[in-house]
Amino acid sequence: MKVQRKANIPDQDGFYQELIDSQRDLSDEDASLMNCKLVILLANHIGDREVLSEAIRLALPKNR
Amino acid sequence: MLKTYAYPEFPYVQSKEQRTGVRKRHPVVVIGAGPIGLSAGLDFARRGIPTVILDDNNTVSVGSRAVCYAKRPLEFLDRLGIADPLVKKGISWKVGKVFYRDGLAYQFDLLPESDHKMPAMINLQQYYLEEALVEALGREPLADLRWRHRLTAIEQKPDHAVLTVETPDGSFTMEATWVIACDGANSDTRRMVGAEFTGQFFQDRFLIADVVMKADFPTERWFWFDPPFHPNQSVLLHKQADDVWRIDFQLGWDADPTEERKPERVIPRIRKMLGEHVEFELEWVSIYQFACRRMHDFRVSRVLFAGDAAHQVSPFGARGANTGFQDIDNLGWKLKLVLEGAAPEALIDSYSAERTFAADDNLLNSTRSTDFITPKNAISRRYRNAVLELAGTVEGIRPLVNSGRLSRPTPYRDSPLNTPDVDDFKGKMAPGTNCDDAPVSLDGKPGWLLNRLGDGFTVLTFGEAPMAEVATGGVTAKVLSIGKDIKDSKGLVAARYDGQAGTTYLVRPDQHVAARWRSFDADRIRAAMTRAMAG
Repeated sequence: MKVQRKANIPDQDGFYQELIDSQRDLSDEDASLMNCKLVILLANHIGDREVLSEAIRLALPKNR
Repeated sequence: MLKTYAYPEFPYVQSKEQRTGVRKRHPVVVIGAGPIGLSAGLDFARRGIPTVILDDNNTVSVGSRAVCYAKRPLEFLDRLGIADPLVKKGISWKVGKVFYRDGLAYQFDLLPESDHKMPAMINLQQYYLEEALVEALGREPLADLRWRHRLTAIEQKPDHAVLTVETPDGSFTMEATWVIACDGANSDTRRMVGAEFTGQFFQDRFLIADVVMKADFPTERWFWFDPPFHPNQSVLLHKQADDVWRIDFQLGWDADPTEERKPERVIPRIRKMLGEHVEFELEWVSIYQFACRRMHDFRVSRVLFAGDAAHQVSPFGARGANTGFQDIDNLGWKLKLVLEGAAPEALIDSYSAERTFAADDNLLNSTRSTDFITPKNAISRRYRNAVLELAGTVEGIRPLVNSGRLSRPTPYRDSPLNTPDVDDFKGKMAPGTNCDDAPVSLDGKPGWLLNRLGDGFTVLTFGEAPMAEVATGGVTAKVLSIGKDIKDSKGLVAARYDGQAGTTYLVRPDQHVAARWRSFDADRIRAAMTRAMAG
């Protein structure tokens, strides 16, 4: 278990608001493309293949 | 039709066995004189195997077709003595540009690792390569290349096959201890032995055009994702010899191939792509369609399959002909040892084991490229576009852009021919890996390591060796001492092979590592040779 399970973001509420605000005026299509860019950028930042694989598994829909 | 190239017409000659009607048993008959069949004939003949090559046609391939030859296949062709003029004639590009929609996403420099004799790749029309192979075969007394000989039937026997062959003089039969089928993706031989391709990962169609450009155009590789002149598909432009440019338009499986290949449809497309002011002439247009798949086993009794006849991949990464050459590189020495009785027939089965493993690696790479280039659903298209948009501004994202990964040799990691490491080694020269080239010097003159390895078993050792050769079961490995026989002029042999005093490699005749140790021990070398020949 390498993915951080404890709170790790300073100013959680501020971060969450920033994320939501950044997509408030975007169409679903644009927001979805932006999310893809975020995933790619953050994955490159993390760079740890084990963490990435574990995160992909954690994020899968519950019924899968 | 082509303005830059005149097709040779090779003469049909009736063979003695057809004329006299005396059926003959040949050690090896190769079916198909494409790049793979021709190189098979050349490699086998140079190894001392009398080889007949049959082809139903009488000229070289029409159009540029395979185009791109990567380093390892060039090293194989160099072992066959024909690489230098091809490399000289071919074009090497260094700058690649990636376009996304209507703009340049980014450009890159290839920067291949230096100090290898062969370049990372060259672009060259397939007909030049075939012509060079035909010419070289003409110098081999053991090679017998027969044009306008069409195989019409095969009968498999326990220790040979009977071939029915049709020529302008009618039909005759010949026998072969081994048949090597190199007759391409639509192999008749494969059909005749009742074998099939299995698995079908995906299929696609490409419009391929050779274009002569009059204006100066940079020697760069340009790849477009979703360009305005060809929406939702990919396009590749790169240069070949004689100022002929190769353009690959991805069409998708639903496109109408007869409609798409019409000049009135192709020319406006190219004009839109190159710009209104660039003058060009269309030399050759073809539709290429493929499915990614392979045969389950490359051996069917006495028939061995190689190249596209055995496996088919997408054009991304130039994995077709390039892997075909490596099939032959793998097969030649095994055939020789089995034919002369120095190795059991099981060694032939290791050909299928090692090369199906390599084919799966190619299929995997091909599938990944295609998933990037042709996303299968809306979200994977978004991911693809996200990568392309980010690649413009964030350098670290660029490696995710997959417009085809250039063909690289697959190490035979788990091959039964390998002797597993018992000593500690760093670096990538693990058993099963093809040997890296490196500059060396010989009597003060510069040379290359791979040229010194040659085409038999070789014991490569760092420092003094206690003997000049190691022999077992009638097979001899020559000992090549780094320091005595050749000098490691730039220290790169030691660097690339993690070489220290005493470090010893056993190298197979196809220049792959069979075993390695930290000291020279003739008994261990003999045991590793036996293992590498046991299959």
